[in-house]
Amino acid sequence: MRPFEYVRAATVEDAVTGGDRFIAGGTNLVDLMKHGIERPERLVDVTRLELASIEEADGGGLRIGSQVTNSALANDARVRERYPVLSKALLSGATQQLRNKASTGGNFLQRTRCYYFYDTARRCNKREPGSGCDALDGFNRIHAILGASEHCIATHPSDMAVAMVALDAELLTRKSDGSTRRVKAEALHQLPGDTPHHEHVLEPGELITHVDLPPLPDGARHVYRKARDRASYAFALVSVAVVLVTDGDAITEARVALGGVAPKPWRAHRAEAALKGARVDRDVFRRAAEAELEDARGHGDNDFKIPLATRLIASALAEAAGLDAGDDR
Amino acid sequence: MIGKATRRVDGPKKVRGAAPYAADQAIEPTPYIGWIVEATIGKGRVVSIDTAAAEREPGVVRVLTHENTPKQIPYGETRDGSDADRFTMSHALLNGTEIRHPGQAVALVVAGTLEAARGAALLVKVTYETDDGRYVVTGEEPEDLLVVPDELDGGQEPDVVKGDIDAAMAEAAHTLDVEYTTPSQISAAMEPHATIAVWADGELTLYLSIQVIGWAITALANTFGLEKSQVRILSPFTGGGFGSKLGVHGDAVLASLAAMTLEHPVKVVQTRRSVFVNAPHRGSSIQRLRLAADAEGKLLGVGHDSRMPMASYGYEFAEPTAAGARASYETPALHTVHRVVKVDLPPIDSMRAPGEAIGSLALEGALDELAHDLGLDPLELRLRNLADREPQSGKPFASNDLRRCLEKGAEAFGWTDRPEPRQRDGRWWRGWGMAACTRVNMLMEGAARIRLDADGRARAELDMTDIGTGSYTILTQIAAEGLGLPLESVEVVLGDSRLPETAGSGGSFGAATAGGALKNATDNLCARLVELARDHGDSPLRGAEGEGRVAEGRVWIGDRSLGFDEVVGLVGGELSAEGSIAPGENSEKYAQYAYGAHFVTLRVDGVTGEVRLERALGAFSFGRVLNPITARSQLIGGMTYGIGGALTEALHVDPRSGAFPNRDFAEYHLAVQRDVPPLEVHMLGEPDEKCGALGSKGIGELGLCGIGGAIANAVFHATGVRVREMPITPDKVLAGLMAQGD
Repeated sequence: MRPFEYVRAATVEDAVTGGDRFIAGGTNLVDLMKHGIERPERLVDVTRLELASIEEADGGGLRIGSQVTNSALANDARVRERYPVLSKALLSGATQQLRNKASTGGNFLQRTRCYYFYDTARRCNKREPGSGCDALDGFNRIHAILGASEHCIATHPSDMAVAMVALDAELLTRKSDGSTRRVKAEALHQLPGDTPHHEHVLEPGELITHVDLPPLPDGARHVYRKARDRASYAFALVSVAVVLVTDGDAITEARVALGGVAPKPWRAHRAEAALKGARVDRDVFRRAAEAELEDARGHGDNDFKIPLATRLIASALAEAAGLDAGDDR
Repeated sequence: MIGKATRRVDGPKKVRGAAPYAADQAIEPTPYIGWIVEATIGKGRVVSIDTAAAEREPGVVRVLTHENTPKQIPYGETRDGSDADRFTMSHALLNGTEIRHPGQAVALVVAGTLEAARGAALLVKVTYETDDGRYVVTGEEPEDLLVVPDELDGGQEPDVVKGDIDAAMAEAAHTLDVEYTTPSQISAAMEPHATIAVWADGELTLYLSIQVIGWAITALANTFGLEKSQVRILSPFTGGGFGSKLGVHGDAVLASLAAMTLEHPVKVVQTRRSVFVNAPHRGSSIQRLRLAADAEGKLLGVGHDSRMPMASYGYEFAEPTAAGARASYETPALHTVHRVVKVDLPPIDSMRAPGEAIGSLALEGALDELAHDLGLDPLELRLRNLADREPQSGKPFASNDLRRCLEKGAEAFGWTDRPEPRQRDGRWWRGWGMAACTRVNMLMEGAARIRLDADGRARAELDMTDIGTGSYTILTQIAAEGLGLPLESVEVVLGDSRLPETAGSGGSFGAATAGGALKNATDNLCARLVELARDHGDSPLRGAEGEGRVAEGRVWIGDRSLGFDEVVGLVGGELSAEGSIAPGENSEKYAQYAYGAHFVTLRVDGVTGEVRLERALGAFSFGRVLNPITARSQLIGGMTYGIGGALTEALHVDPRSGAFPNRDFAEYHLAVQRDVPPLEVHMLGEPDEKCGALGSKGIGELGLCGIGGAIANAVFHATGVRVREMPITPDKVLAGLMAQGD
């Protein structure tokens, strides 16, 4: 067995000075360690840190401790009332058992489900930089259509992070030198380019301590829709988070984020630009969706994601605008 | 007792975790743990294997490879040159450098703990020479790659052709010529394949997760050159098999090899990822369906031709994909031709309802297409074409209850309320679908023993397995009824190769075979009890007048009776009788099938193409119902399996390497709770004495057959989109919706 050190941190300071890899729920990391894909020398357990509560923040938002479990976050009354898109995204992911273990911070940092990343007999630039990508010309039904590169077409699998990006969430982190910083959820992950093994901007030993949810305008409508291969316990083929504010039939604010289509939770800026100042209208929604997918590129097995994403964005916007009935699945 | 709703006698043990499955057995000394190192290439050979780093790891006992293990009988052969099939031939591993398929074992790391073995396995360095392999069947293969199998699974002929399908297609008022495909699938038993092997005093004992003990004994004897008497298998509980445990696989062979080499017990439990490549899967299929009908919907021709992969090494296996077409509907022209293409994939073998599972999906889909073309209710089309005799042979049926299943099922479902197609409900399309279901009934040879102890308690002994189906329960009922005892006075002992040999669990023949043998044993014991009561010198009833019989746990001569304990007392401490069963002339004379009809409603997301079942009803007829509780479980389990087959399950193959990309349960999508609506089951049958001593037919596979067709047909009814490429995932429905402008 490959030995590693395990230490349990009692304080955030202990944690960030105790090592450069953290473990919380371990729902993804432990699996990857068993496969020999992750090989940490030392793990700092952060589950006992006092970061497991959800507090009211100044200005009307919520501050979520990074050790709040996915279950607790999804079922928090304030989250359900004020940020229903987040609750629904969480509940559409994984299983109850996994959500009971998985943490807020860890969910952001879960790794791709690309088959070729998991199978150590195959080439993967993310796992072995420079070895090549077997997904590119392989079976790539679950892979990215946006933001990918010739070096990596893996997707980020999170549902939660998609909602967080749509909500303009900000992460608070602590580095090993004691300094803190704020990172927008949207800016956390990096596109693969020619370094797909660099997945996010956090430094070694930098710990996510909290996630801030800013307040939303009154009357914001929330929708999370997820197309998947079975009704539960399946990663998104495409998912869409929408936060929409209207004044009459004028769109005053529209935020759209996508899951299952890109190496990161994908903020749909082009769609948002097309919606800015527009009126509530199915054609507007469809054109906004088409604008977002304009540069999308399929790799064969995943070509269907382009029309699927287009239709799902338009439909989710229509639902948020009250044109389409919701879906109580 | 038989036919009564009886709860599982082993249920309390199972829920308490007290039922010992193979890997749970407490063995002294504590077994070493073996971890399988898989080949990372598809086809080729091992050039070198470096185990030094792995063997230096703390806790590692040995790394077994082809270089340091004793020679076995070559894979596919036998110890004495006798004939063997895929279940009984040598399953040798680490017996040379050849790699036949992706993931084949190239080493076994044996260590004191699982963690040590698994960790060290990452350090084994293997170099290979890779050959080109063939890993997919595309339908574009040239003629010379098409192999005619010697026979199909179950013994059917590869080709059954009668009449002239081409002429029928040329002349009929309505014709259909379409291609359906199904993907590779994995059995996905909950318990992964697992073995603990013990080698002591020249005897190999295996605690094994297996369906058929007798075949496994022969296979292990043939693998290691042992006498069958040197091999013992204990398998009291098996956590599902679905065909994948009919024979032995890597865990059994490697654990045995390690135990014999190291002279210490060794446990090998396959990981879920390993099960995908070191145990069998169902091959993909390409099926051509041709139907010809007159203006009234009377079938004039049925063509069902199949092309599937077959493993290129060691054994033949071909699914009888057209079994349903050969058995279900009357037709003057029948064309059913099976061809296989040799591939270098992991083992391809039986998976639940080989043939009918995937064949009925295509046949029943095509019939729905024909009904649509005719403007006929799809139920009516089937009713107009039911067969009086088996279409392929002209033999009479032992019994044929398909009409009743269709009619009663339709009535219970309210089929006549079926709305017009393409009902819109918000962004959802709603649809109804139905299909018929036919599954061959088989009986095998089997034996059983029943004992009575001095207290008059009974103990049934046979090497039957309980793979979760309820064998313990129905055999308890059968023995109790046969002896007139309450269930509590009967103990059933299974899963030990020292006990009388049955055919085990497979092909839905387990209940009729083991149960029939046990019934025969209790009949024989009853005769012996009466004989002793009447004739034994010390019997108080000696010479009594009147009919002799066994009832209420007593032996009666006329109106006088003795307790079992008293009769057993006449001969000392114990009384026992053997029994057996074998297929008789009825198996030859009559075509035997179980029947069913499926009805479903579902909705399809008009935006994404996602399908969600809302209701499913199955009406089934399978002779005598031995136990309505366990029967219902078998049927809803089958229906659930069929839902996965229709909507979610596909084992993908990377054509470059033969690797299965989605070899875990996160990405190989079994139907989960939320995919399965409440399932309604109606059991309509009556005992069919032509099908064995109990009058029952097999049901382990029945519920699965046909439901996929009903689902596909409902998707069409909902949307107008006909998906012929299984499973019906959102992308395929979406493509159809877009093509028609929805």
